[in-house]
Amino acid sequence: MDNEGLKTILSAWAEGLEWPESPQFLQVRVPAPALHDFARRLKEEHETAFDYLYCLTGVDWPEYMEVVYHLESSRHGHRLVVRARTAGREDPRLDTVSDIWPTADAHEREAYDLLGIRFNRHPDLRRLLLTDDWVGYPLRKDYKDEINMIEL
Amino acid sequence: MSELVLTGPETETALTQEYFINMGPQHPSTHGVLRLVLTIDGEIIRRVEPHIGYIHRSIEKMCEHDSYRQIVHLTDRMDYLSCHMNNEAVCLAVEQALQIEVPERVKVIRTIVSELTRLASHQLWWGVMGMDLGAITSFLYGFRDREMINDIFEETCGARLTMNYNVPGGLMFDIHPNFQKRTKDFVAHFCTKLPEYDRLLSDNPIFRSRTEGVGYLSKEDAIGYGVTGPSGRASGFACDVRKRLPYSAYPQVEFTEIIRTEGDCFARYKARILEMWESLRIIEQLIDNIPEGEFQAPTKQVLKLPKGEYYQRVETARGDFGVYIISEGNKSPYRLKFRSPGFSNLFVLDKVARGSKIADLVAIMSTFDYVMPDIDR
Amino acid sequence: MYDFTPLVQAIQNYLSAHFSPGVATAIEWTLVILIYLAFYAVLGLVLVYVERRICAFFQLRLGPNRVGWQGTFQTVADAIKLLLKEPVTVNKADKLLFNLAPFIISLAALMVLSVLPFARGLQAFDINIGLLFIIAISSIGVVGILLAGWSSNNKYALIGAMRSGAQIVSYELSVGLSLITMVLLTGTLQLSGIIESQANGWWIFKGHFPAIAAFFLYITASIAEINRGPFDLPEAESELTAGFHTEYSGLKFAFFFLAEFVNMFTVAAIAATVFFGGWMPFHIGDWEAFNRIMDFIPPIIWFFIKVAAIIFLMMWFKWTFPRLRIDQLLHLEWKYLMPLNLMNLILMAILVYLGWHF
Repeated sequence: MDNEGLKTILSAWAEGLEWPESPQFLQVRVPAPALHDFARRLKEEHETAFDYLYCLTGVDWPEYMEVVYHLESSRHGHRLVVRARTAGREDPRLDTVSDIWPTADAHEREAYDLLGIRFNRHPDLRRLLLTDDWVGYPLRKDYKDEINMIEL
Repeated sequence: MSELVLTGPETETALTQEYFINMGPQHPSTHGVLRLVLTIDGEIIRRVEPHIGYIHRSIEKMCEHDSYRQIVHLTDRMDYLSCHMNNEAVCLAVEQALQIEVPERVKVIRTIVSELTRLASHQLWWGVMGMDLGAITSFLYGFRDREMINDIFEETCGARLTMNYNVPGGLMFDIHPNFQKRTKDFVAHFCTKLPEYDRLLSDNPIFRSRTEGVGYLSKEDAIGYGVTGPSGRASGFACDVRKRLPYSAYPQVEFTEIIRTEGDCFARYKARILEMWESLRIIEQLIDNIPEGEFQAPTKQVLKLPKGEYYQRVETARGDFGVYIISEGNKSPYRLKFRSPGFSNLFVLDKVARGSKIADLVAIMSTFDYVMPDIDR
Repeated sequence: MYDFTPLVQAIQNYLSAHFSPGVATAIEWTLVILIYLAFYAVLGLVLVYVERRICAFFQLRLGPNRVGWQGTFQTVADAIKLLLKEPVTVNKADKLLFNLAPFIISLAALMVLSVLPFARGLQAFDINIGLLFIIAISSIGVVGILLAGWSSNNKYALIGAMRSGAQIVSYELSVGLSLITMVLLTGTLQLSGIIESQANGWWIFKGHFPAIAAFFLYITASIAEINRGPFDLPEAESELTAGFHTEYSGLKFAFFFLAEFVNMFTVAAIAATVFFGGWMPFHIGDWEAFNRIMDFIPPIIWFFIKVAAIIFLMMWFKWTFPRLRIDQLLHLEWKYLMPLNLMNLILMAILVYLGWHF
């Protein structure tokens, strides 16, 4: 399905959707509370059928955290980028999508580990790459490590 | 192909006890520093929990301070067996952002070298796969043929493994005058040696019984868990980026996307073997038709990507590799994310290996072809 | 060189002429023990070297070729290295059993050697239940493996030992049954008697199809019994790191290693004795000239040629086949080898009853 068609379908699904401009993909910003239901419909509705989450990225912006979901449909071949913002940087929280796309389980753990984004109702939210007693979240812009980081 | 049936003593009646075993971080068949915490009932695996991060170098954080030319060099150190494809992903993303039109010659050479890298990676995998199943001889056979590819790379760009042959805008050097001849020699040589691989392992009844029906992964799970590359295609998930979103010279060449539907270890094995034939086919089509021209498009000394987001996918030997660049218009990215195929492929292990034996787990791990630096980043 | 009986007799006479009977026997025993210990060690070293060269040959590489002529002293150097290594014992290991295990395995391997006839008159024990003795003693080795796995306090070692227990108990049956099939032909369990019965032709030629089948069944089952590839599950380096000897180092590891190779020799020697006429030369019917030439080669050389050929076959298996899984291994024994062996035994019994063998 082309981007215009997708946009028409998705617009009806939730309130407060925003459509950031991007030359490469169709992008949609979903309000955090509506994220889980929106994601579920994206996967389960026949005409969208986004069953392949190929990338999940956490981004640290000055005011808030953002999680970017890159989605593809193995049935229709169309792609979509879903973005969701957290309320702030201090205790960023979003709903998990690991029950919808199992691969998100590990990717969300990574985002939690490196950026400190907490995913509500995630089955096993622990440190993934770093040790359990690590202090801080290295991918945040304000992370300081006097010993290991070399600033150029 | 059927689901694995759980056998073994009933835990309630026989007073047996499940126990834990640490497979790794130093273990011969985890291929690096992967640690798996296994919950085992006798020899039957009840749960697999991967613990990773032993060689986490925070490449994504390093990239936030590096220039785009430097980032290319870091990508080599992730999946060192698909280094050329990793480089290519970053270069294509940068070229796409700066709208650099690379010469045709570059595209063709990149594709040839990519396929050679894929072949080398699969040869290593084949050797190691045999070794994991106890047939150590295949390891040396795989390395014999891989050596020829490494020699070609050494002559072309001076390095054998982490090549850094790509730069944004083209290639670091032009190809060596011997490149075409040696590649053709290799293709001719390997076309005779690949059937030998089949004779040594694929047709061996013990090998068949170790892999057929073992480690079944359904198509739905493959898509849901994001299992890509030959492992995903063996479950019937058509995920070849070279076909879906062709880049470089892939639109010009003819090749078949290997898709199998069995979804077991042998299907994953066979998918890689057949993929080697397809790689040879691609190289054969291109090697005589390298267009004349520049090996680099003119680029600025300091690359500053315009504000925006760029995502580039390539097909490495392990699957769908993605680079996601968020640029604020500076000389280094604001955020850079590598979507490594091994990372997604690893976390399906629990799903696949449950109910099988320790020996099966080794077979399953080798058919998923994990490379730890790729997973840890 | 052709008959060792006079030599042995001469030593016997000399000793009994100069010493009292008790002392003479004691000296004889000491001599035998020393010779066998030396043979055991040399055999291990030679086989390790041969294995490495043959393995290299299969794997398109050179193998050890630096220490001494063509690397012949490589294993000696390795042995010295192992001697100098620190014997590490795991903290919570059962010290007694941990130290006992390598000796049990070595002892079993050494005791089996004692009944093997190497040439006419060159045999330490010529007991009338030779074959039964071999089957009985060679299964003691598993006790050592089980002890090693249990006492190491390591889960990998324990899994390896359990696999080994299941495997050896199963395959012992096939080894025994295939040898019993041949005993039907020979009519004796005494190893020298078995060889004498092949003076006019080896049993593998005289015994028709059942003898050939018994040979293949025996080789398959006995490779599994001595834990060699493709049946080396108790070690399975890609699954269990090193299986039952994961925690052993230095000299104790060397004992395990040596015993494995000596067991391989034993298995090949029994196959050569029972199926290929032991030290009997190769004869063809009434080709007088040919048979004379064959007789010219000393029996001891014949014996070692046959053993070497079978050992080569076993190495060939190891470096070609992938390893089986434990359930497949037990399926192979209980569903295929065992029934085949029983059928073969009945076939052989009919054959012998009707007198159809040569």
